[in-house]
Amino acid sequence: MKMTKLAAFAATAMTMASPVLADLVFPSLSYRTGPYAAGGIPFADGYADYFTMVNARDGGIGGVPIKMIECETGYNTEKGVECYESTKGEGALVYQPLSTGITYQLIPKVTADGIPLHTMGYGRTSAANGKVFSNVFNYPANYWNGASNAVNHILDLNGGDINGKTIALVYHNSAYGKEPIRTLEELSKKHGFKLSLLAVDHPGQEQKSQWLQIRREKPDYVVMYGWGVMNQVAVQEAANIRFPMENFIGIWWSGGEHDVLPAGDAANGYKALTFHGVGKDYPVFADVQKYVVEPGNAAGAGDQIGTAVYNRGFYAAMLAVEAAKTAQEIHGVKDITPAMMRDGMEALVIDEAKMTALGMPNFGPSFSVSCENHGGPGLGGVAQWDAGAKEWKLISDFAPSDMEVIGDLIVEDSMAFAAENNIEERCK
Amino acid sequence: MIYREAGDFKTSYAKDQQTFPIAFDRWGYFITLAFAFLVVPFIINDYWINAVVLPFLIYAIAAIGLNILTGYCGQVSLGSGGFMAVGAYAAYKLMTGFPDLNIVFVIFLSGGITALVGMLFGLPSLRIKGFYLAVATLAAQFFLVWLFNKVPWFYNYSASGQISAPERSIFGYAVTGANALPAVSYLFCLCFVVILAWAARNLTRGANGRKWMAIRDMDIAAEIIGVNPLKTKLTAFGVSSFYIGIAGAMLFAVYLGAAEVGEAFGISKSFLILFMVIIGGLGSIFGSFAGAAFMVLMPVLLKNVMVGQLGWPTDLAAHFEFVIVGGLIVLFLIVEPHGLAQLWRLAKEKLRLWPFPH
Amino acid sequence: MSANFYFGVEVFLNGLMAGVMYSLVALGFVLIFKASGIFNYAQGVMALFAALTLVGFQNGQIPFAHLINAIFGTDLHHFGWHMPAFLAILCALGVMILFAFIVERYILKHLVNQEPIILFMATIGLAYFMEGLGDLMWGSDIKKLDVGIPQGGNIWLEEKTAFLGGEDFYGFYLDNLDIWATVLAAILVTSLVLFSQYTKTGRALRAVADDHQAALSVGISLRTIWVIVWSIAGFVALVAGIMWGSKSGVQFSLSLIALKALPVLMLGGFTSIPGAIIGGLIIGVGEKMFEFLIGAPFLGGATENWFAYMLALLFLVFRPQGLFGEKIIERV
Repeated sequence: MKMTKLAAFAATAMTMASPVLADLVFPSLSYRTGPYAAGGIPFADGYADYFTMVNARDGGIGGVPIKMIECETGYNTEKGVECYESTKGEGALVYQPLSTGITYQLIPKVTADGIPLHTMGYGRTSAANGKVFSNVFNYPANYWNGASNAVNHILDLNGGDINGKTIALVYHNSAYGKEPIRTLEELSKKHGFKLSLLAVDHPGQEQKSQWLQIRREKPDYVVMYGWGVMNQVAVQEAANIRFPMENFIGIWWSGGEHDVLPAGDAANGYKALTFHGVGKDYPVFADVQKYVVEPGNAAGAGDQIGTAVYNRGFYAAMLAVEAAKTAQEIHGVKDITPAMMRDGMEALVIDEAKMTALGMPNFGPSFSVSCENHGGPGLGGVAQWDAGAKEWKLISDFAPSDMEVIGDLIVEDSMAFAAENNIEERCK
Repeated sequence: MIYREAGDFKTSYAKDQQTFPIAFDRWGYFITLAFAFLVVPFIINDYWINAVVLPFLIYAIAAIGLNILTGYCGQVSLGSGGFMAVGAYAAYKLMTGFPDLNIVFVIFLSGGITALVGMLFGLPSLRIKGFYLAVATLAAQFFLVWLFNKVPWFYNYSASGQISAPERSIFGYAVTGANALPAVSYLFCLCFVVILAWAARNLTRGANGRKWMAIRDMDIAAEIIGVNPLKTKLTAFGVSSFYIGIAGAMLFAVYLGAAEVGEAFGISKSFLILFMVIIGGLGSIFGSFAGAAFMVLMPVLLKNVMVGQLGWPTDLAAHFEFVIVGGLIVLFLIVEPHGLAQLWRLAKEKLRLWPFPH
Repeated sequence: MSANFYFGVEVFLNGLMAGVMYSLVALGFVLIFKASGIFNYAQGVMALFAALTLVGFQNGQIPFAHLINAIFGTDLHHFGWHMPAFLAILCALGVMILFAFIVERYILKHLVNQEPIILFMATIGLAYFMEGLGDLMWGSDIKKLDVGIPQGGNIWLEEKTAFLGGEDFYGFYLDNLDIWATVLAAILVTSLVLFSQYTKTGRALRAVADDHQAALSVGISLRTIWVIVWSIAGFVALVAGIMWGSKSGVQFSLSLIALKALPVLMLGGFTSIPGAIIGGLIIGVGEKMFEFLIGAPFLGGATENWFAYMLALLFLVFRPQGLFGEKIIERV
């Protein structure tokens, strides 16, 4: 029975898997449905729009047009695998799944298949150690950098001394949310602040207990690692207990417009980390208007342009295109393969001159990737929400994080992975 | 005309009682098996194995497991996701704790551990019945997921709580980890499926199976005729969890390679497996396969048609997928409430008479 | 009295409030189960769908805009008007009544006399269908829901009670939204009880709940009753959707509130309206107090989800039909 069914479907599969060699293929594993759609839509739009713009404006990368294949994962790991398998045959150059769960699944697969994986600001943090993870990149910043950036911001506010202060971490009770705990514990030893942990279960509709606890314990600062509906509820609850919003700092995944808008004016002053520029105030958006919006090629509903998470997708696509350009230069071929793309990502250098030339001055930090360091310098800034103007404002420069602490943790975790999976160190 | 029983004479009870009494069915079964073992590994591509066939085979095991509990013994359970998590974490701990242990034993042992946990959570079934029991099993679901998320020992103290399967092999071929050849993992799963389905079929038509069905049909009456409800219900929970645990271990080790408890074994997994069982047909081994095939293949097929062939935006396609799958479930239930297995049975009845319907 | 004691009282009060919010969802389940023996899994999705529709009407969104744009290449978004909340609620209610008609006509009618698990399965199919339909109609992005219900801590109460616990205590915290929810739930339950006790339709409803066959034989139309019950359940879903949606915005996760209602149902019994309320209160207080006393200090928190079920399980071991459910009598 099952085999006859399979045979019937085989025809569909065969027509699907015919690779088009002429284009540079960038799969977009997006999620526009499901519980995390609010964050998935703007990212996917930004990712798609950048490629559309490059195709329309420059005729592709080095003259080779880009082909973006979108595949809906719904933030579901099994669908993520299905998407990976269905797109890798088409010559996919780099994967960006925007889900920590899918990332963990793809790490062994991409390594075996020789395709690079770029998890910008999420995924497995210790993948920053290029000696162990040959095909995984998480520049320019990762979860642990984020935790340190938040603590550094708090240090700045207090003139460098937070001894005896209390910081509460409100986190999504999943792989993603638990990531910063170790870093924060190390930092609390170093700086002498008291850390209190509050887990919120998926999906996070109901957080009364956690916020009553915060009201009771009166921590000086609250750091949040949330995603999906948890963000909106947390911002609302924080406003409800009249927690001072400027002392409430979210990771970049808790820093979208959609996270703060439902709370209205009450969200004014809420802070979120970011590793890229916010708002539409960059010359490149004129090009987006001209080459993407006006011809009617904007992805999705076209209403996300300039939002924080849209810019993140846009930035991710920009880094991918720059890496592809680098790869073309290194290998002297226009039609690059995933292996060449990997080399390009490993040799990627982003500096101010490059970003200005792209019409994105100061859009992100300057950094360079190397064989040992796939994580970049971990620079991050802080944005603050202005509920009146309904926009984020960058209130700090992209500042470094405490690599002393994080570096040790990265080595420790990646070595454990290497031992478990018998991986030899590279870059010797 | 082709499908008939005329001339198919039985001369012993054993032959009369066999699973496929009609010669055509029997041959069909053997040919399917031969095709699955000898031909499929050579013609199928990676995409089909990794994206469709592996999950289908693994979910079929889980569906058989739940079908034993729900279809044969009448105890509705929504704890399957939690029990799969037990299987997966047991497999992970065994694989990392005893690196030399053969993967086959790892998977069977994980099933055994799950069976024990399942029996423990099956205890309330002695007092609680029907939907109350279904909701009560959710307690197991949520508690187990919380436990695996909370206690770092289960995930070997890794920073994020993700577990990843290390590479293990049989006969020199890797079956888990990234370097496993798809065809090898396929054959590995297929062996398990065939053995477990065969075992389930024979369990359910033996003394145990008849006791389960007696409890399902009316537990008080069954008790009066001498069926021990404690023993019977607990064996059903045990056997069912054994299957589900194996499915969980394979889902993690062979198919996904890495898993996080809340995402991979959450409440939606429990519902998914229950869908398979009901859509396929309660109390039917074939139904478990049909249900798993429907729930695994349908979304992939719809997606490929709508996005791949018609070129629709992915989000529209995903929304339509929900609408269509939901509509089909309702439609199937209206047309044939006893599932795909019953449709199959009716089709066979029709075929027997074809082309002379009277 | 120490501040800790008052904190405990505060958690208790908030547990009651959370319980009311759970009850709002559980009520819809009970109504349908009582009248038709269907365990309606789609109740959570109905809340989401109702809230989506409400917001859609309020903002003058064009239904299926995205689909139309994709097919015809148009660029539609909004009608350009802004509907007052009251009118939008009425319109959303109208849609839910229409929905009840459709469900009865195309699903329930065909499934009369099927086993409960088949009916349960059909509602799961329905849930899938509505999830997709809601997204197709109104889009899957997050929407702000504002019908003018105040939110935030009740300052009056805080100030009046601040003197109680000394330095570390600054008054009881209660969310205005929760207070409103309590008032609404009280009105809702009272009117439901009045409706079922004193109107002809209400009496017919109760007759159907007691015995389908007997009700049919005295000339009550089952099909009409089902439409009415599903409409009322749709209205309850709308109320639940408004209350929960005001908190978090309207989005997919709203449908998951059904999971919070299940332990309430178990505990209160599937067939009792007071059971849904009291069950909700017990679950709300139970899980919040457990988290406060044991969960957060000793077990690392996030215990509420499973504890609610464990608590309900504990009650069930002693009363297998829930606190207020009809006694299950079995004969051979």
